[in-house]
Formats: sequence, C-alpha cells, structure tokens
Amino acid sequence: MSDNKQTNRLTGGQIDTSRSLRFSFDGKNYAGHPGDTLASALLANNVRLMGRSFKYHRPRGVLGSGSEEPNALVELRSGARQEPNTRATTAELFDGLEAKSQNRFPSLKFDAMAINDRFSNFLTAGFYYKTFMWPAAFWEKLYEPIIRKAAGLGSLSLQDDPDEYDKGFLHCDLLIIGGGPAGLAAALRAGRAGAQVILADEDYVFGGRLNAETHEIGGETGPAWTAAAMAELDAMPNVRCMARTSVLGAFDHGIYSAVERVSDHLAVPSKGKPRQILWRIYSKRALVCAGAIERPIAFENNDRPGIMLASAMRAYANRWAVTAAPRVAVFTNNDDGHRTAVDLLAKGVKVTAVIDTRADAPRIADCELLAGAQVIDTAGRLGLNYVKIQQADGSERTIECGALGVSGGWNPNVHMTCHQRGRPVWNDAIAAFVPGDTGTPGMSVAGAAQGDFSTASALQTGSDKAAAALHDLGIDAPTIELPQAEDTPVNLQPFWYVKHGKGRAWLDQQNDVTVKDVKLAHQENFRSVEHLKRYTTLGMATDQGKTSNMGGLAIMAELAGKSIPEVGTTMFRPPYTPVPMGTMGGRARGKHFHPVRETPSHKYSTENNATFVEVGNWLRAQWFTKPGETHWRETVDREVNAVRGSVGVCDVTTLGKIDIQGTDAAQFLNKVYANAFAKLAVGKTRYGLMLREDGIAMDDGTTARLAEDQFVMTTTTANAVNVYRHLEFVRQCLFPDMDVQLISTTEAWAQYAVAGPNSRKLLQKIVDPEFDISNEGFEFMACREITVCGGLRARLFRISFSGELAYEIAVPTRYGDALFRKIMEAGQEFDVVPYGTEALGVMRIEKGHAAGNELNGTTTALNLGMGRMVSKKKDSIGSTLSEREGLNEPDALMLVGFKPVNNADKVTAGGHLMTKGTPKDAEHDQGYITSAAFSPSLNSSIGLGFLKDGGNRLGEVMILTTPLTGADVEVEVVSAHFVDPEGERLRA
Amino acid sequence: MHDLKPLTPLGSTTAQIDRFAGLTISECPDWALASLAARRGREQDTATAAQNLLGTALPDVAATATSGDFTAFWTGPQQWMIEAPHDSHEELATEVKSAVGDAASVTEQTDGWCRFDLEGTRCHDVLERLCNADTRAMTQGQVTRTRLEHLGCFLICRTKDAHFSVIGPRSSAGSIHHALTVAAASAI
Repeated sequence: MSDNKQTNRLTGGQIDTSRSLRFSFDGKNYAGHPGDTLASALLANNVRLMGRSFKYHRPRGVLGSGSEEPNALVELRSGARQEPNTRATTAELFDGLEAKSQNRFPSLKFDAMAINDRFSNFLTAGFYYKTFMWPAAFWEKLYEPIIRKAAGLGSLSLQDDPDEYDKGFLHCDLLIIGGGPAGLAAALRAGRAGAQVILADEDYVFGGRLNAETHEIGGETGPAWTAAAMAELDAMPNVRCMARTSVLGAFDHGIYSAVERVSDHLAVPSKGKPRQILWRIYSKRALVCAGAIERPIAFENNDRPGIMLASAMRAYANRWAVTAAPRVAVFTNNDDGHRTAVDLLAKGVKVTAVIDTRADAPRIADCELLAGAQVIDTAGRLGLNYVKIQQADGSERTIECGALGVSGGWNPNVHMTCHQRGRPVWNDAIAAFVPGDTGTPGMSVAGAAQGDFSTASALQTGSDKAAAALHDLGIDAPTIELPQAEDTPVNLQPFWYVKHGKGRAWLDQQNDVTVKDVKLAHQENFRSVEHLKRYTTLGMATDQGKTSNMGGLAIMAELAGKSIPEVGTTMFRPPYTPVPMGTMGGRARGKHFHPVRETPSHKYSTENNATFVEVGNWLRAQWFTKPGETHWRETVDREVNAVRGSVGVCDVTTLGKIDIQGTDAAQFLNKVYANAFAKLAVGKTRYGLMLREDGIAMDDGTTARLAEDQFVMTTTTANAVNVYRHLEFVRQCLFPDMDVQLISTTEAWAQYAVAGPNSRKLLQKIVDPEFDISNEGFEFMACREITVCGGLRARLFRISFSGELAYEIAVPTRYGDALFRKIMEAGQEFDVVPYGTEALGVMRIEKGHAAGNELNGTTTALNLGMGRMVSKKKDSIGSTLSEREGLNEPDALMLVGFKPVNNADKVTAGGHLMTKGTPKDAEHDQGYITSAAFSPSLNSSIGLGFLKDGGNRLGEVMILTTPLTGADVEVEVVSAHFVDPEGERLRA
Repeated sequence: MHDLKPLTPLGSTTAQIDRFAGLTISECPDWALASLAARRGREQDTATAAQNLLGTALPDVAATATSGDFTAFWTGPQQWMIEAPHDSHEELATEVKSAVGDAASVTEQTDGWCRFDLEGTRCHDVLERLCNADTRAMTQGQVTRTRLEHLGCFLICRTKDAHFSVIGPRSSAGSIHHALTVAAASAI
C-alpha cells in the first residue's frame, strides 16, 4: 500500500489509471500509473522536493519535464543496479521502482550541508581557485576530499554492473532526429517515398510536444494524430521507429551515435537482453527535428520546489494529468506562457495570476493578468508558498501559489547542428539562436529546431526538408497531405532576468550559478563565454546548460555592452545526454574484453594441466604442471632438462607465418631483410633480421624457401601483424613494380617445435619413411614439404631456438591436435615432454638468442651483435640509416651475457649495470639487463643485456643495481651463449 | 591414408549448431579454401586459367561467383579466395595451382579460417549488433570485409535476407562463436 494518495492527479492524460504501479522515494511508498515518469508520479503525490543543489544544498524540485532537467536528479534502483544522477523526468515508472534523493545528509528535508547556503557570500564563482591556494600540498590530501564529499551528486554502488550492453550498426537514407510534428511529417513523407528511414526519439512515446499540448491537429488530439501516424510508420518495412533512443552526436561522414534504452523501463532486463544499445548510425542524410527547449527567467529565489518551466507545467497537466500544486501562477514574457494558464484552468486547477513582463500583454487566459509586472521574490522553505510581485506601477503584492510556471521564450535545440563546429546564428524574431551553417554535410534542420515554432510550420518544414534531402539522393518523394494545425505566431519581448533585489537569482540550478556569479566573472575579467563557463561552472554537468546557458550569455552581453550573438555560445559537444560507461563498454568486459586466439594444442594443453599466458591475443601454454610439482620453477626446470636431455615438444603456431610468392619474391626479401636472401637455395631456411627505415631492428625470424618463387617467412608472435602490415606497405608503396604476392598463413598451419637430442628419432616415427631426415639427408636449416602419419601433407624445418637438435613440423591446423597427441605417443620411449613458453624462454636465454625483450624498438643490429649481418652489397630498408654516426659509437651497447659472481644471487631483468666504484646514477650507467632466468643447465641465475662496448669487457665484474628494489648484485660479463656456444648440438 | 583425426575450429569432432527462433548458426568446417593472386602482368592468364578450372569467371569487386563445387570471392585487387567442399577438394591449393601455373600465386588457406553460417529471417538483427556491414542492402553473392568482435572477417551473402557466411580467423573461432550466439540471444 502506498502511504500517500495522488492528491495532485488531474483527469485525462496519457496514463493508464486503470493500473497502479508502486514505487518508493527515499524509502517512502507511493503509487503512480503506467505512462508516468518518476517526476510526474512524485508531483501527483504532492512531492515537490526532489533533490538538493550541488553546492549550497538548497531544496530543489523539477524545473522541466524532459532530458533538459537540471534539478530532479535521483539515485535509481538499489544494490549493484543503483545508478546516480538519473533524471526523474525521464525515468519511466515501473512497478517496484526505488529512487533516492542524493547529495543530502541526513535527509532530504533536513540537510545538514545546507549550512553552505548561509556562507554563500564566500562560496561564489572562483571560490575554490581563490581559497584553496595554500599550502599547495593540502589540495590533494585535504581540500579536495572535503570538497568532493560536500559537493557532488549521486554515489556509485561500487559493485560490478550486472547488466549487459550491446553495440550495433544501422544504415539509412534518412535519419530523422526527433519524433515531434516535424519528425513525424518528415518520416511520413520519406517513408511513403520508399526511402530507408530511421526515426529516433529520446522519449518513450513519439509526438514530442503533441503529447503536451491541447491543440487539435487534423481535427484530432495531438496524441490521437500521433498514434495514427505511428501506426502507418510502424507498418512500413523501410521505416525503423526507435523510441527511447537519444541521438548523442554527429560525427564525420554522416555517422551519428545513439543510445537506445531497451530495458531501463523494466525493473530488470530480461535474461540475455541488453539494458541499452549504443548504435552507430550510417546515414546518407540526416534531418534534425529536435524541437526547442523553453528557457526560464532569473529572479530572486527562483529555485524553490514548485517553480518550473511553464511548458513543463503544461506537459505535466496535459500528458501526465498532474499539477504540481492545486494553486498555480504563471510568469512569462511571451504569449506561449499564457497557454499554461489556459490549459491548467481547463483542467480545473486554480490559476491565481499570469504575470507578464510586457506592459501590453494580451489577455489570453481567463484569470487575473498582471501586465508589466515581475516576480521579485518567493517564499516557502521546502516548496513554493507564494511569490512577491512588483506591479507595473511599482507597487508590490504577494500572490499565493504552490507552483509557478516560468517562460522566457524558447531556444531551438541547435546542439546536434554544432557538433561539427557549426555555429548557430541569432534570430531576433524569437530572440534565440537558430542553426547556422551546420558544417555537417548531409544535415538539415526542420521545425522548432530551426525556430519554426508553430505546429503547422513544423509539419510543413519537416515534410519539405525530408523531400529535399531525398531529392539529393535521387529519390523522388511526392508531396503528402498535411493536417490542419495551429499556426500561432511568436509574440515575445526578450526578458532575461529581474533586476530587482539583492538576493540570489539562479541561472544554472544544477551548478548553483547565479546572476551575481556571472557579474563577478565579468568583473574579474573572465568574459569570453568559454572562460565564463569554466570560472562559474555555468552549463556544465549532466544537463550541459540546456536551460541555463542563454541566461548567462544574455547577462554577459549586457555587462559587456555587446549583443548576445557577439558574445556567442560555448561549443556544443557530444553526447547530447549522459551515457552510462557500461554502454560505452558494450560487451567488451571481463574475459570478453578482447577476442582470444587458441593454439591447435589448446585442448591437449588444457587436459594436461597447462598454465596459460596471454601473448597478444594468443593463449599459450606457459608450462605443464605435473602431479606433485609445487612451484612453477620446478616444472620449468624439469621441462628444460627434459628437452636438453632427450626431447620435448612446444606449440609454436603463434609465430607469424607469411607466404611470399612471385617472380620477385627473393628480391623483395632482399629489400626487407638486412641480410642477403636472394641466393638462399630452395629447401633452405635462413635467419633474417629486419630493420625499420630508421635503422633500428624491427623483427627477426627464419624464412624458408619452398620454391624458386615461394618463401614462408616466420615473424615473432607479437609482431606478426605489424610485420605483415609493413610488408604490404613495402609491396604496395615502396616497390609496386615488383611481382610479389603476400598472404598470412599463421593459423592455417599447426606448427610444433620438436627439440632435444632425441628429436630426430622421434620424428622419424612420424615422418613418412620416404623422406630422409637424417643429418645428411636433412641438414641444419633445411626445409621440405613432406607427408606424415601415412600421407598427410606437412612441412618440416630444421631450425632451433633452444640450441638443441630441433625441428619444426607443421600440418594443416585441423590435424594439429591429433599430431600433437601422436608425437607425445611416439615419444613415450624417449620420455618426451610438452614444454611451454617459460622453458622456451629459459633455453633461448641460455643459447643467447635475442627475442622481444632485446628487439625493443631502441636497439640496432650492431647492439644485437649482428652488425655484420647488415649487408653492404645490397640496398635494404634501414641499411643506410643504420650507418648513422650516433648508432655506431665505439662504446655502443652490445648484447652480452651476465652471471652472478655469487651463485646464490639473482640477475634481474630491468636492472642497470654500473662499473664498480662509480656512483649509481644515470650519468655512469653502463647498460641494462633485458632478459633473465634461472638456468637449470648452469644451475645459476643468468641474464642477457646490453652493455657499452660489451664485446670487449668479458670477464669484468660489474654492479647490477635495481634502485626500485634496492638490489645490488655483483655480476660477471660473459658471452651471451651460455650453452653450446659452438652450435655443435643443433648440427648433430 | 593417414590416421589423424581432424578437429573443428571450435575444438570438437562434430560441427556446432545453435538454433534460435528464426535463426540457425552453424559451424561449417567442411570447406577448403585457397587464395589466388594474379602475378604482375599475368592478370589475363589468371582470369582465363581460373575460368577454365572454376567454370565461371572470377568475380568483380565485392562479389562472388559460384559454379558447381567452386565458389570464388573477391578479396582485393587481383586477389580471390576459392572455396570448395573439403571432402572432395582437400588439396584445393594444389588443384588451383596446377590450373593457373605460374600465372598466379596460390596459397592454402583452408585452416586459416573458420566459417559460421547464419540462416534464417533474423540474420540481419544479429549481424547489425556485430558488424558495420549493411547486410540488409546486400544481395545474393555480395561479399565484404568487415570487423566483427574486433576481428577482420569476410561476410558473404549466400541468399538475400536469409543466409550469410562469416569467415573469420580460425584461432579465434571461440570468440566469434561467443559473439554470434550472445548477439543472437540478445537480438532475438
């Protein structure tokens, strides 16, 4: 049961009073109806106080009735789904909705932080900048935490978001942004012409102001006409009507972003369904029919709950059958404001007066008219009780009312027309900015968004602009019959703020910016609109000043003695309305943050207790733990010893494989690699070093020549894509005359390293007997296309990363799992082991092979000890620039090995090398360690690193220092080749 | 005959099939692929030789051509992918290479890719959540390269509005399958 009755509920409206929905606000239970927003339901229950202001914690109620709302921000839902800063005006009511007010302590009605309001003289614009200057160290630790606690909006749940979010892509001939009369007319015309149309509206019903006004359209009510139009549009397969969809921004090439709130109106999204979808819309043409937003007038204490936009008051009455109070008044500078009085009177609400700033204001509503009058103050602690009026003759009087509708005119919604740096232009007739050159190809504007405020002109311009846009695309859109509609001219006298009184008149209620703040900014020389915004915070935060910016501009213009267009507007930037971070992230979260790549042995590895490591997107087996092994080092040492002692097998599919063919393939490789490749014999493999154009080492690997005109290049795992991209650049841009074709075959082949003294014996059981793989028949660095296991096509390479007798064998990936198992089975007699990347890494360090740590983007061939590989007999990429003086200093860094003097000490990667007895600083730095491991073969920690003039310093004892951990270790400079420096094993 | 048992890209011995109302997503491992790239100055020779093999001319930009067992689809300037049933054309690359000789470069691509077919009236609703291809505008035989789940994929329209193939990198078959099925559950 609800605690309150809906005492402010009127009759009519687009709500289903046959059904009730229960909801709670600050723990108190209420009831509303389907069709209500949280704001309308709260007003129906006579709740005007909905929040506390940002800085001064002043009591606030709703100002608007849509996404422009600055005040009524609540925390919606509870637990992990709690979402702060939700506008009560756009939150659709559902059964069980929970909402809490925010930025108050301990309660909304009694907020201790409201003490700030008493000190408002100190808390003016620029307060932080002036006050928290000293001491500087206090800012981060003291001032900022206190300010953040006191000021601010809602709070986060700090739990993982349980909801799912989708992203998607849509395409259309015409995107219509806004489903009011202009948008509907546009959609009807374009839809009937057969164009692909998307009609998007942020509201949950289409119709825009047709839902909020009482004017007839085509002899029907606004909602009835809208319903008929929507029925027609919904039936068109070429028209996609997207309610609850806010277009957020206009980007290049006709691309728009939009967020569709699929499940926000439900307590919990259905299983597997997204809460929201972030759409990217590719439009050929776009028509902005985003309407207009009414602007308030600033006057003293104009922020009390109950004071709202006149258009909002009218919308609440007409659409939601709600009045904010039984007795209301209207304050306006234009004829449109009077409509509010007319409509509320028709609903039986007492309208005490229409206060019109214009001396010649027409009498439109059947109530008291105070022409030439102004509201100069208001009263009521937690909600409006009365307003104080200064009448045309200067006399003052008080009018009792619980709500005041304020209208200062309307601002066309130019937001979307400015995202591509279009600047709006001033229109004197409506005293507002209208879209200028939007700077956005393919975009046009219709209806109130371009300042055509009557329903008739909205319909007409919507229809016309749609036809014009389609005409551009070669689509003929015949004229459609438009319904009769009101065509009231705008009658307005600009009036921005009431000058009477010394109290605070609020411009930006969300950021607590007053008229005085703008004056202060001007006085302190923050006069550019962008400075004004930053200094005062006018127009910041969730509403981006939709109701406040114009007031600030008008006051700045007055103070500066300029016109409003001379002052100009701040930049409008996407998104149009706030978007949850979850929506931006979509489904890319947790383990689905990025796709993974699985190796052909993944299944085997999973079954055999592998620990995986991510290398790029690949999941590689890092080691295979056996029962009883308690530490990864134990496992890795075992794997290394098994390989060096007998044989092991490791999945090396992840290394990039690029098929290079063409009559110029060999010449192409000669350009790409620093060392010579043109004369590599068919059936042979060669190690190649690739340089960047600037002479720095880019990547390395082996390349096999399978035929005169076919090579297979191997790249490092991490660089596979970069190298492929580089090769395409070289092929297409540097040497377009060469006959070369490239394609990646990385994952087409499952490739395994079979390494160790027994590797040949093992492979002889796998490779079909007609292929001789004896040392003589298949010598070191040989390659051949063979068959295995009774006829399966395969490739065999005799190459070694471990320094052992080793091969790499490749079969089509689908057979990779079976081959891995077959090798393990055939190798049982040799105690074959699967080994992972860690053992692979240990063995390559023991062998002194460079890897990613050494090819780190700063090192040259010379540094890597491969300076002589850069052939001077030919031209290759990077060869010339590798000769730069600075890269060839006599004491250039050289790759050498290191081992601790004291065997118990550890060599750590990243540590820096110092000559004994010199200070440990950058000036005396001699080099650094790039790779380190425990070598089970040497029973010692070992490392590879770059040392100045390293080749001539073998035997020197140095200090390896790691300032980060405070470690200082004596290390001896040794050859990088710890194991089998002569290479006898791999040639065995 | 060798005795190595193949696995599908999703790591099973049988192809995965997922059914939704108005959509079936099938893993299709039974197709062989070979890339074909004309050598410089040999474009016409390639076209002629390929036509002799395929029984149809090589397709133009963004198009496919099908004849008998073979489908060819365009992948880049003077580059195509040839597709044929795996059972009868396991060594497709060899077959194509012997047809085109030194006029073109041919590379086995069969296991570089995984293929998922989307069949049913709800194809578009799922694909629009995954890639920026305008699938509703695609006609039978059109092909495009698109990014799906961060991965470069080929998208082929086999039957307008009813049947699409997503051909993506094989090592990420699990991620592609996850993306397809989650999007299907979300959209349908």
